[in-house]
Amino acid sequence: MSINRRNFLKGALAGGTLLAAGAPVEARPNKTMPPDAVGLLYDSTLCIGCKACVAACKEANDMPPEFSTTEQLWDTPLDISGKTLNVIKMYKDGTGETKDVEKDGFAFMKVSCLHCADPSCVSACPVSAMTKDPVTGIVGYDKSICIGCRYCVAACPFGVPRFQYDRALPQISKCQLCRHRIADGKYSACAEVCPTGATLFGKVTDLQAEAKRRLALKPGEESQFPRGNLNTHDQSPHTAKVAHYIPEVYGEKEVGGTQVIKLSAVPFDQLGMPKLPERSYASVSETMQHTLYGGLLAPLAFLGVLTYVAKRNVKDDENDDK
Amino acid sequence: MSTTHNHPAPAPLGGQLVTPATLILAALVVIALGILAVRFLFGLGAVTNINDGYTWGIWVVYDVVIGSAFACGGYSVALLVYIFNKGEYHPMVRPALLASLFGYTLAGAGVIFDLGRYWNFWHIFWPGYAQVNSVMFEVAVCITAYIIVMWIEFSPAFLEKFGLKDAKKKLSRVLFFIIALGTLLPSMHQSSLGSLLVVFGYQIHPLWQTVLLPLLYLMTALAIGFAIVIFEACLSSSGFKRPLEMHLLGKLSNVMTWMLAAYLAVRVADLVVRGAVPSMFQPNVEALMFWIEMALFVAPLVILARPEARRNPAKLFVAAVCLMLAGFLLRINSFLVGYETGPGWHYFPSVSEIMVSIGMIALEILGYIVLVRYLPIMPKEA
Repeated sequence: MSINRRNFLKGALAGGTLLAAGAPVEARPNKTMPPDAVGLLYDSTLCIGCKACVAACKEANDMPPEFSTTEQLWDTPLDISGKTLNVIKMYKDGTGETKDVEKDGFAFMKVSCLHCADPSCVSACPVSAMTKDPVTGIVGYDKSICIGCRYCVAACPFGVPRFQYDRALPQISKCQLCRHRIADGKYSACAEVCPTGATLFGKVTDLQAEAKRRLALKPGEESQFPRGNLNTHDQSPHTAKVAHYIPEVYGEKEVGGTQVIKLSAVPFDQLGMPKLPERSYASVSETMQHTLYGGLLAPLAFLGVLTYVAKRNVKDDENDDK
Repeated sequence: MSTTHNHPAPAPLGGQLVTPATLILAALVVIALGILAVRFLFGLGAVTNINDGYTWGIWVVYDVVIGSAFACGGYSVALLVYIFNKGEYHPMVRPALLASLFGYTLAGAGVIFDLGRYWNFWHIFWPGYAQVNSVMFEVAVCITAYIIVMWIEFSPAFLEKFGLKDAKKKLSRVLFFIIALGTLLPSMHQSSLGSLLVVFGYQIHPLWQTVLLPLLYLMTALAIGFAIVIFEACLSSSGFKRPLEMHLLGKLSNVMTWMLAAYLAVRVADLVVRGAVPSMFQPNVEALMFWIEMALFVAPLVILARPEARRNPAKLFVAAVCLMLAGFLLRINSFLVGYETGPGWHYFPSVSEIMVSIGMIALEILGYIVLVRYLPIMPKEA
């Protein structure tokens, strides 16, 4: 027995050395978005809460209406869900008199997928049903692959992927930036119908530059704001007074950056956008997983030790039997 | 899987299969099946309270995460007997393995009725679909492999029953490798069940969100494994009216308390290093649940502090139950109580959801009773 213990310790030591040598210690950094990634710039201060984007999204994605009133006449979703990919939510404080003011004011916020550069849902998905397009960077979903485990629903820091709990054959629903329309030369329906340019489609690098331009403008002055598609200028610009922006582009750094970025005059956490670190949760999780399982080195080393020890002890077992 | 240290060979217990107890268990299983029929016809929302804020309810957290931890008896005992060469615990291997086999097989089967698109489940094992960076992938593959390994580990009981000596002999030649796999795989997926939460980031309360989750889950799974063996030995000795193997259980409780002490050291050190200590003293549900969880982890150490307590079956039983509840709460707290996705979301399991989990437990107990009466599992009484 003491011999066995000594052998076990020897084996464990050897395995431990192998483990330490084999385990990749390099952290998996945040993934970056593709150079031609597309996205949206949502400017809360330009939004008038008309919800044309909500209706257009329903139509473009063939989603059913959702009711929150007793009459059940109009599509009136209160949140994104298995039936709704995009909503405009409203913030109201006190008397709610003035637009884009935190105290006694109100403001709007678009709720839909932010298309992270390094998405938690893609890292979580066990079957590659959730993927990031290598060119557009759009986070897409393929229901024919999905097993319905809902790890994406639970993992997303923005609470975006939703599930259809009321269906026998359900699927995940999330905004895919109308990628089916991009194939036809069109772009996201929400940006196409937005009357004020509050939701603007374009290349992310250009959207970021446009956001920075707005932050540099003088509050109160009139300026022109592009509408529709920032890169094709398919619509005439909208003229409006520059708001008192919070000097921050939401989505520039959050969890490694998002392709849908936001501007607002009311602090983002008041509008339901969480404060998030720059390091993506996907990179934290995958660094941990790769450290434990990278190249299967550690498990194989451990298995080697276990096999060696088990072989000795099971053999003793047999001998005892005779 | 032969005997050692002159232990009596395992033998079927025999006796009545149809008893009031087995009938009640069967009725609970039938109720669960009825609820599951509704779930498959009308969707998960028809019978559960899960929602987009709490998309994983007790069918994941209890049936799979806790259910598989409660099925770690086979893992803990196999580690002790075959890796640390403690042959004296050999008579415990088969009963523990049988309970684990049931726990894991049902946890695996339970996944199917929680999966929204269950007909695609095989994608997780399919090259081209499988996504190896996903913690869920690691958990699924490892648990499936372990279920298969356990059936092979357990198959000598069947082979003995049906007199297939050749097959048993062939199997015994490679059994050492199967046993090695059977200790590796649970080490991997029991830790990964904790790793599942790391990608949730800020949505998990600081009292539970740490990259040490895999280690915490692994250590508690092992400790729970020993607690379960003590718990099951006490129950089956009273249920089947057999003497309790006190000398073994007492020694096993030593191992359990050492594992527990090591766990508490890691747990507290992690909380201190991460600066999560202030979160313990907030006037909220999370802090309260944390203290209950920790109290239950400390309780077995207090109950079994004196060596003579470890020879007292009642104290051993209570300590084992405390530890099982503690492991239960660690998992409930980290997956549900400490999980917050934003204002307005609430979850408490529905009656039908709970009845399905109870039906699963009933099926496990029923299967265990039937098999120990029919197959050579329990050591023969002298």
